[in-house]
Amino acid sequence: MIAIVDYAKGNLQSVYNGLCAAGAQDVRIVTEPVQIEQADAVVLPGVGAFADASASMTQSGQMQAVRQAIQAGKPYLGICLGLHMMFEGGTEHAPDAPAPGLGVAPGIVDRIPSKDEHGVSFKVPHVGWNTMHRGEDSACPLFDGIDQDEYFYFTHSYVVPSSPFTQATTTHATEFPCVVQTGPVCFGVQFHPEKSSDAGLHVLRNFVALAQQA
Amino acid sequence: MLAKRVIPCMDCKDGRVVKGVNFVNLRDAGDPIELAQRYDEQKADEVVFLDICATSDDRATTVELASRAAQELHLPYCVGGGFRSVADIRRMIAAGADKVSINSAAVADPSIITQAAAAFGGQAIVCAIDAKHVAGAGDKWEVYVSGGRKPTGIDVVEWAVEAARRGAGEILLTSMDRDGSCDGFDCALTRAVSRAVDIPVIASGGVGKLEHFAEGIVEGEADAVLAASVFHFGTYTVREVKEYLASQGIPVRL
Repeated sequence: MIAIVDYAKGNLQSVYNGLCAAGAQDVRIVTEPVQIEQADAVVLPGVGAFADASASMTQSGQMQAVRQAIQAGKPYLGICLGLHMMFEGGTEHAPDAPAPGLGVAPGIVDRIPSKDEHGVSFKVPHVGWNTMHRGEDSACPLFDGIDQDEYFYFTHSYVVPSSPFTQATTTHATEFPCVVQTGPVCFGVQFHPEKSSDAGLHVLRNFVALAQQA
Repeated sequence: MLAKRVIPCMDCKDGRVVKGVNFVNLRDAGDPIELAQRYDEQKADEVVFLDICATSDDRATTVELASRAAQELHLPYCVGGGFRSVADIRRMIAAGADKVSINSAAVADPSIITQAAAAFGGQAIVCAIDAKHVAGAGDKWEVYVSGGRKPTGIDVVEWAVEAARRGAGEILLTSMDRDGSCDGFDCALTRAVSRAVDIPVIASGGVGKLEHFAEGIVEGEADAVLAASVFHFGTYTVREVKEYLASQGIPVRL
C-alpha cells in the first residue's frame, strides 16, 4: 500500500489519480501515524507552507512516522513541499527561526532569489515548465527512461539547499536542486510529476515500480 | 530555462465549452475535459476553465467539472468565474483545481486575495483583471468587473500591484478592447502590468494570428499567452503555435 500523507486537509486528488494512472494497485490518502507505519511506501505531496505543514505534522505524529518510514528504508517520494520537508528546516511562514523538517538532508529551505548574479529580475513564484538537468554521474532510478533536459511543471517560491544528495538541478534566477535522493529509494522532487503530463507519469511509474518491489 | 506557456482557455456554460465574441453570441464547442485532453496531447502547458455564468447559476456544475478534471487530466488547470468568498475557493480547490482565478470578488473585497493566498498558497491564486483602455488617456487602463459590464474607476496597473502585494501568484490580464477582435494582444497594456509586478502575467484577449502569440511575449513581456477561439475552432493547434514560437527563438516545451 502506498500512503499519501494528508497533513493539511488539502487537495491530494491529483497525486492520488497520478499514482493510480501510473499503475499503483493500492493507494490510500492517510492522516493517522499508524497508517503511515502500515504503508509499504510513503508519498508526501506539496500543499501549503513549510511552517504550517511542519506544525501540523509534528502535532499529529505524522512527522515522526514519516521519519521512521524513511529510516526503515521504505520507498519515499516527496513532492514540492514534500521535498522541502526532507531538509532540516524551512523559513516559509516562519518569521523568527526556521521551522523543523524531517532532517534526512542537511540545510535550510529558503526563498528563491528574485535576481540572478547579474542583477536580472526573475518572476517569483517560479511557475511553469522548466527543464531538469541531471548530474553526469546521476543514476537515480526515478528517472530511468527520462531524457536529459526533459520539461516538468513547477510552481513554488522556495528552494532546497545544495547538498551531496542533489541528483538534478533546474535554473530560475539561480541553479537549485530539483531532484534529491538520500537513500536507495528515498526521493524528493521540486516539480509536480502528477501535473507534468507524460514525463510526469513516467516518473510516477518508476516510483510505483520501486514501491511495489518493496 | 523556464518555458513561456501557451494556455487554451475554455469559456464554460452548463458544463460545455462556449466562446463569446466580445462576451456575447455564444457558440458551443464541446466537452471541456475532452478538449483539455486534446490540448494536453498538443503540448498545452495548462488549461483554464472559465465559468462565464457562474455569478447567476448554480456552482455545482463547475465544482463537478473541477473534480472530473482532477481525475482525468495530468496537467495544471485553473478554474475561474463566480467566486464570492474564500469558502467558494476552498470548495473548488478541494474538488481538485490547482488554481482559481478571482476577478469581481477581489475588486469588491481585496482581502479575499490575502486570505485565499494564506490558506492555499499564492501559487493557487490567480488575479484575473478585465482591462479597458481609457479613451484619450495614453497608457491608462480601467478595471472592469461583472464579466466586463461594470467599470470601477480603478487603474489596472495599480490594481495588479496591489493584487501581487496581497499574495496573488499570477495575473491573468484580459484586454476587453481586443477580446474577440483577432487584432492581437494589447502589448502596451501587458507590458505595463508585467513591468509593474514581480509575479507572472498571462496575456489574454485578441489573438488571431501566430505572430500575435510572439508579440505578446516579446513586446508585451508576458510570461504566458492565453487564447480560446483559435484553438477551439482549429485555426491553429497548440503545437503549431509552440513550433512558431520556437522558430522565433522563444523557449517553449515541445
